[in-house]
Amino acid sequence: MSAGGPAHGASVLEIRGAALRRPGRGGSGDRELWSGLDLDVAHGEFIAVLGPSGSGKTTLLRSILGLQELSAGSIRVEGRPVHRGNQRIGYIPQQRPYSADTALRARDVVALGVQGPRFGLPIPRRGDRDRVEAALRDVGAAHYADRRVGELSGGEQQRLRVGQALMDHPALLLCDEPLSNLDLANQQGVTEIIDRQRREHGAAVLFVTHDVNPILGKVDRILYIAGGRFMLGTPDEVLQSRVLTDLYGAPVFVLRAGDRLVVVGIPDAEPHHDHGDAA
Amino acid sequence: MSPAAGVVPALDWGDVFSFQDYGALVQLLANSIVAGAVLGIVGGLVGVFVMQRDLAFAVHGVSELSFAGAAAALLFGGSVVAGSIGGALVAAILIGLLGSRARERNSIVGVLMPFGLGLGILFLSLYQGRSANRFSLLTGQIVSVSSPDLGWLIGISAVVLVVLVLIWNPLRFDSLDPVSAQARGVPTRAVGLVFMVLLGLIVAVAVHIIGALLVMPLLVTPAAAAMRVAAGPLAVPLLAALFGLVSAVGGILLALAGTLPVSPYITTISFAIYIVCWIVQRSRERVRRTI
Repeated sequence: MSAGGPAHGASVLEIRGAALRRPGRGGSGDRELWSGLDLDVAHGEFIAVLGPSGSGKTTLLRSILGLQELSAGSIRVEGRPVHRGNQRIGYIPQQRPYSADTALRARDVVALGVQGPRFGLPIPRRGDRDRVEAALRDVGAAHYADRRVGELSGGEQQRLRVGQALMDHPALLLCDEPLSNLDLANQQGVTEIIDRQRREHGAAVLFVTHDVNPILGKVDRILYIAGGRFMLGTPDEVLQSRVLTDLYGAPVFVLRAGDRLVVVGIPDAEPHHDHGDAA
Repeated sequence: MSPAAGVVPALDWGDVFSFQDYGALVQLLANSIVAGAVLGIVGGLVGVFVMQRDLAFAVHGVSELSFAGAAAALLFGGSVVAGSIGGALVAAILIGLLGSRARERNSIVGVLMPFGLGLGILFLSLYQGRSANRFSLLTGQIVSVSSPDLGWLIGISAVVLVVLVLIWNPLRFDSLDPVSAQARGVPTRAVGLVFMVLLGLIVAVAVHIIGALLVMPLLVTPAAAAMRVAAGPLAVPLLAALFGLVSAVGGILLALAGTLPVSPYITTISFAIYIVCWIVQRSRERVRRTI
């Protein structure tokens, strides 16, 4: 379905030899977060990116968006090198509540996805209204489209951000903790919308989260980043006590309670005593 | 509470309203009225983003430095308009570069503002010229602005309007949802800095028309009022521009009829519009709750 079509095979996202360094604290030189990351994401594939905070998950997304440079390696989206403002990528941020007095209707949040990057005035062009209406329907927001965002619940607001990101069905969806601050029902609702997008429109999904449970049933593969290393595989392969213990270099237990997973014993994410490469 | 007869009234209402020779006055001051109209419209539009970007306090800081620049020009014999623009731009760009977060910004403004005001008062105290000029920079008196300067003010406002319209959409996206705007490729930093320059320019214009202490009624209040009654992407700016226009032109027209400065009329009209909008919003909410 993608216009132009990917040049290299069927991968929507292609990461080769990616490495990320952060400036060390107190001028103690760079600290390598990870290196040698290769990742191919196919159309319609759902990949969860897990790992403690500070492990560079958000930076990875920002590099794919062209907002930040990797320390090494290359990233291609639909066969082309990354660049800012790639309209084939949709980005869903974490839910942050709009203040109650924000002068903005629900439909305007979604419309920002169409009009926001354009120069000039917010005067709808031909077809804009239909695109916005379609996106509002896709995320189940049509019935509150004309209400002020400040009056809406966190879940309703987050659906609008999803709608904004799904405008024109992007080939790649980057989600940065889109479920945090949402209740269980809304977590399921938002997950369902994202999952439907990849099933019906073939979007590849890269989903950064600290809790894999709400998306466990949808995930094809997991990229687990920890302790300066990473592990890529199916949920059954990655989410095991043995694998995570190896990754963290400390005893970590994966417990199963019904269809939910609990990971116990994750060491502190940011090494407070900087000793270079923990792994 | 009318002034009691018999006692010498402290207030002569003839100073407040007197419509003798009104038509001739209006013709004489046509340029001032045009300048006020343009400032009202552009100020209302800029105000929409001042509100969305939480810059109301920064507007105040910029205006005090603009006042310092104008006072310096007065003392050292430069162009007062150029001086006010210089001061405003320095403040606006500083705030734009250093204060990306609201809290940082507020502390920068809090430090800059008294410094600017102090400098301005120092320059004015040293200035030996006409005292009417001194007072007008702080509280505004558009009728004392010379015709060529009025032309400059109108021209600057027009430039601000054109650039603002050009960057309107990305600026709006960045103001409302900076994270998504950046992800979508909006050059958020550049857009924000351009807006600060526009803000500096329009504040400098406002200093001449309504005074450094009173720029808010044209740069904050109209947009704040519009946001109480409207939420659409076109409705809010159109209403804000209308409120600004009515406040500025209405204030100038009323001021012509008395001998008082123009500012109290503008601030009063602007405030009254805000109160009406607030009441409209409250009554709408009550209606919705009872349904």
